[in-house]
Amino acid sequence: MTNKELKQKSIAYRKKILRYIVNAKAGHTGGSLSCIDILNVLYNEVMHVSPENFSSPDRDRYIQSKGHCVEALFVVLADKGFFLEEDLNTLCQYKSHYIGHPTRKVNGVEQNTGALGHGLPIATGTAIAAKLDNKDFKVFTLLGDGEMPEGSNWEAALSAAQYKLDNLCAIVDKNGLQITAATKDVCSTDPLDKKWEAFGWAVKEVDGNDVGALKEVLSSLPFEEGKPSVVIAHTTKGKGISYMENQLKWHHGVPSPEEFNQAMNELDESALLVH
Amino acid sequence: MEEDINTLPHKANLEIYAETLQRLAEKDRGIIAVTSDSRGSGKLVLFGKKFPEQIVEVGIAEQNLVGVAAGLASCGKKVFATSPACFLTARALEQIKNDVAYSNNAVNIVGISAGVSYGALGTTHHSLHDYAVLRAINNMTVVAPADNYETEKAIELAAAIDTPVYLRFGKKQMPYLKEVSKEEIFEFGKGRIITEGNDAVIIACGETVYPALEAALLLKEEQISATVISMHTIKPLDTDLLAKVANKCSVVLTVEEHSIYGGLGEACASYLLENRIYKPFKIVGIPDEYTVTGSQQEIFNHYGISKKGIADEVRKLLSSEYITGK
Repeated sequence: MTNKELKQKSIAYRKKILRYIVNAKAGHTGGSLSCIDILNVLYNEVMHVSPENFSSPDRDRYIQSKGHCVEALFVVLADKGFFLEEDLNTLCQYKSHYIGHPTRKVNGVEQNTGALGHGLPIATGTAIAAKLDNKDFKVFTLLGDGEMPEGSNWEAALSAAQYKLDNLCAIVDKNGLQITAATKDVCSTDPLDKKWEAFGWAVKEVDGNDVGALKEVLSSLPFEEGKPSVVIAHTTKGKGISYMENQLKWHHGVPSPEEFNQAMNELDESALLVH
Repeated sequence: MEEDINTLPHKANLEIYAETLQRLAEKDRGIIAVTSDSRGSGKLVLFGKKFPEQIVEVGIAEQNLVGVAAGLASCGKKVFATSPACFLTARALEQIKNDVAYSNNAVNIVGISAGVSYGALGTTHHSLHDYAVLRAINNMTVVAPADNYETEKAIELAAAIDTPVYLRFGKKQMPYLKEVSKEEIFEFGKGRIITEGNDAVIIACGETVYPALEAALLLKEEQISATVISMHTIKPLDTDLLAKVANKCSVVLTVEEHSIYGGLGEACASYLLENRIYKPFKIVGIPDEYTVTGSQQEIFNHYGISKKGIADEVRKLLSSEYITGK
């Protein structure tokens, strides 16, 4: 896919995220918008995973540690054909499988997540299994910067380095905000790059809302042979919608009809400017 | 036959766990032990030497232990995540709940040195809550084998099934409860009748089954006959067997190396009450207090988890004030 096509894809995904969140009257809007470019590039450019090979032991794995931003995952999986997109009309509704966090009841979801600090340990075990079986699939996990204080992340970071898991890639969606306040004011994990490096990982930083830059970085794995890779993706919470960007209230705010219309108009306008 | 059980060879269940896992691992390269600096206490040192590719060491990091185990299981490995029960089932409870049970990654969670096996090391090292918390987690089988036979069979079964299992082992040498007939089939969720009688039923699990059996033998000398059940699977509970023996006997007693809250005793009590089987009933276990200092046996004796203590409780239950409700 060209960068232009990827950019258009991200805009289309953003529109869908907002549409289904408004329909559900619930969702994690800001974080889904910050990480959607990362999922776009992973599923459309980097990972070898599709509905056709999903039962294959050789498929690449994606585990979304920041499970609350499930809307981003669901719209991408629907787009890839894992299920009918119209199913998302039931998001968060009574008896729907499309609940507010990733669940394996939804085709394409690898692991049930939602509680924070779980993705990296599971991804580490999955990457160890690949090494044991001499398989060359890659394992990706998406972490939020707000979940980095969970100790289980750092336990897993140690193990991944110990086992030289260069088939493992963690991506931190570093949008700088969490539910209470700015991440740096809650429990700062800066300097995050130095911390990962000290734990034995190869680190790259990237503009996490730049699909071209993401494509380049995520296509160069592993960053170092014998080391797990981490991408610190600097993103903007609420990215793409002027009144949502970097605003705490949109952590899980649901747009009003007027706000929704404005958001759609802004996204349509930005689509015209894509080059 | 009952008098001969002590003459049969016996080891700590933990050793049988390690031996069985080695035997299975020789034939099945998919068997993986994950340890948290616990291969020594888990008797897995030899396993690690023989199968270095089949042991994953995460260091002292129980949450990661369970998460890594879930990831391995998601790729088809038959994983035995081994760590002291006290830390494993408390510190990594959320990982057990979400990464293993909720995601249905068929990890076998192996809690070693369980209950008060660590005796005088104190409360931090006792696991008296694990039945309670794991019983409350959907999709989790909870097993406490009593003797070496049950342990070997439990490990074989756990390796074969594709749902999560919690296995609990102590450190004590465990005598065989009875000779095993060729026809006997060990199944999770099916209790074993160790000895039969009509006056009392004593339902126990894990290392407390043996003192229950000793108590039954003592009571037999006083013409009190007791049924002893090894209820090795605490969840799912063998309610058919429970109803059958409770209906047959006058009183019901449960014994466990666990808090009296939320374990085997409460599981049996709630079933009996809900099914209108009203019998004088007593839960023998650790009361709501931090345990006294001592060895496992001293702690057992202190709380009546012993031949004498269990027999005393049976006599009390059979006394007229209990039977008539006065």
